[in-house]
Amino acid sequence: MDDLLSILSDLHPDVDFTTEENLMDDGILDSFDIVSIISEIGDVFDVIIGANEITPENFNSAEALYALIEKKMDEE
Amino acid sequence: MLFTSYEFLAFLAVVFLLYYILPRKAQWILLLVASYVFYWLAKPTYLIFILTTTVTVYFATMWIQKKKDRFEEAFQQKKKELDRDARKALKEQERKREVRIMVGCLLLNLGILAVLKYTNFAIHNVNSVLHLFGGKELPFVNLILPMGISFYTFQSMGYLIDVYRGAYRAEKNPLKLALFVSFFPQLVQGPISRFNDLARSLFEEHRFEITTVSRGLQRILWGYFKKLVVADRIVIAVNTIIQNPETYSGGYVFIGMMFYAFELYADFTGGIDITIGIAQTLGIEVTENFRRPFLSKNIKEYWNRWHITMGSWFTDYIFYPISVCKPMLKLNKKAKKWFGDAIGKRVPVYLSSFVVWFATGIWHGASWNFIVWGLGNFVVIMISQELEPCYQWFHSKVKIKGNPVYECFQIIRTILLMSCLRTFDCYRDVPLTFKMFGAMFTDFKISHFSGASFLGLGLSGGDYLILFMALCLMFAVSLWQEKKGSVRETVARKKLPVRFAVWYGLLIIILVFGAYGHGYSASQFIYNQF
Repeated sequence: MDDLLSILSDLHPDVDFTTEENLMDDGILDSFDIVSIISEIGDVFDVIIGANEITPENFNSAEALYALIEKKMDEE
Repeated sequence: MLFTSYEFLAFLAVVFLLYYILPRKAQWILLLVASYVFYWLAKPTYLIFILTTTVTVYFATMWIQKKKDRFEEAFQQKKKELDRDARKALKEQERKREVRIMVGCLLLNLGILAVLKYTNFAIHNVNSVLHLFGGKELPFVNLILPMGISFYTFQSMGYLIDVYRGAYRAEKNPLKLALFVSFFPQLVQGPISRFNDLARSLFEEHRFEITTVSRGLQRILWGYFKKLVVADRIVIAVNTIIQNPETYSGGYVFIGMMFYAFELYADFTGGIDITIGIAQTLGIEVTENFRRPFLSKNIKEYWNRWHITMGSWFTDYIFYPISVCKPMLKLNKKAKKWFGDAIGKRVPVYLSSFVVWFATGIWHGASWNFIVWGLGNFVVIMISQELEPCYQWFHSKVKIKGNPVYECFQIIRTILLMSCLRTFDCYRDVPLTFKMFGAMFTDFKISHFSGASFLGLGLSGGDYLILFMALCLMFAVSLWQEKKGSVRETVARKKLPVRFAVWYGLLIIILVFGAYGHGYSASQFIYNQF
């Protein structure tokens, strides 16, 4: 989780990703951010997040995103 | 049948009456019949194309769904016997099979759209090259462009991709899918709805509810106000300027540019208001397509507020699939190695954005004007993205963020920037657009802004007064919506005489000042042929 928080904080140092729960719905993360995050996740966790998984449910909070990463790691 | 024609109003009245008279179970069937009648009245041959899209998408999605169900059943039985790699390989094999069906259907439908919309554009470009080498030019072909084809094709392709992605199950009833593709209020100019957003309210039974119906009628009225009082009036001055570039240069280009911005806004949002209002009178919720775009503080925000459903379509079905696909992620890694992290991480975003804005441009029309307009947006967005650290530095030093004067400056800057880009919609070709844009500064004369100049554009002093008042009203409504929410809900809370005065007043304004009837030729909505 710390690795993910570090990826997210690099993009938006001003956002508290441990509490924020509407990252995508509130436009805190835009499409450019999401692509950067997916690329970084690929490098750090070695999992590929597909375009079909880019949904508010998966990207609205760091917790939800980490759950997706864990699920992908388990699957792969 | 234009939304602004008497025939359409009569058609709408009949549909509305039947909708609430017939048994509620038959409501969606009535809408399907009405949608096909509406399309048939536009041109009977159009039906071939919309039927082809509906039938191919229906069979493709049903096929994909069946494969998904069968695979899932077999996979659940087998998965305990398989190791992780074997499970992954099996899933990948199945995914490839489904991709083939989806891509086949996509290519067929986008191919139809491409042939009908872009064949003559391609011939024009080939001829330009042949002309350089003295070759014999190819003849243009006479093709029809079915009404709203870009909208219903994109809406259907979105549905196809969503079913492939497993976002929801394929619709089993072909007639229900046919209604989703052809729902008449949004067939002409969108919004580009998603199946899971529209389906529930489209197919469920609706009681006649006076509040919903009256809110819908109010929205329709507001749409007609924008279209008939503003767009169809200001278009006269816009056409005078852009169709006579030799006469109307310098300051006139600026006037034309700004007038066109108001015309396009009033025309497109007016059309969408009518669409959403019609749907609302039938109890159906259609996705909003605009969120007061002229109050945006930067171009990125503008595109999150203007033609929202098109923007999200391009983001979800083109931008993300390209920018996070495996080859792009590999390229990203290589780029990071070659150029360092800072530049490397921009590669997928830049390449995908380029494709998206090229596609957005050409989606709007088969001409270089629209392509350059799209790429112009790409350049401006990328520059503002790159300048973001400078803005942040500036705001850390100068505390003006949130200052109303600074916010006004940001809004005006965005309106001007977008209006400059939109000049590519106006003039007949790209070189002329650049020439006229330059002439805005080189031929500028203060006399172009005199009363006599304005009166020479085909509008009277009375017209300008009506336009001024109407635009002020539109601005006030936008501001109210932005700060306080729905104007219709606010009016609804007022006493009867106030409500009566507002809505009947608006109706009278449209009847008295609307550009319709004898002596006027109501213009087609700008987005009709997209």
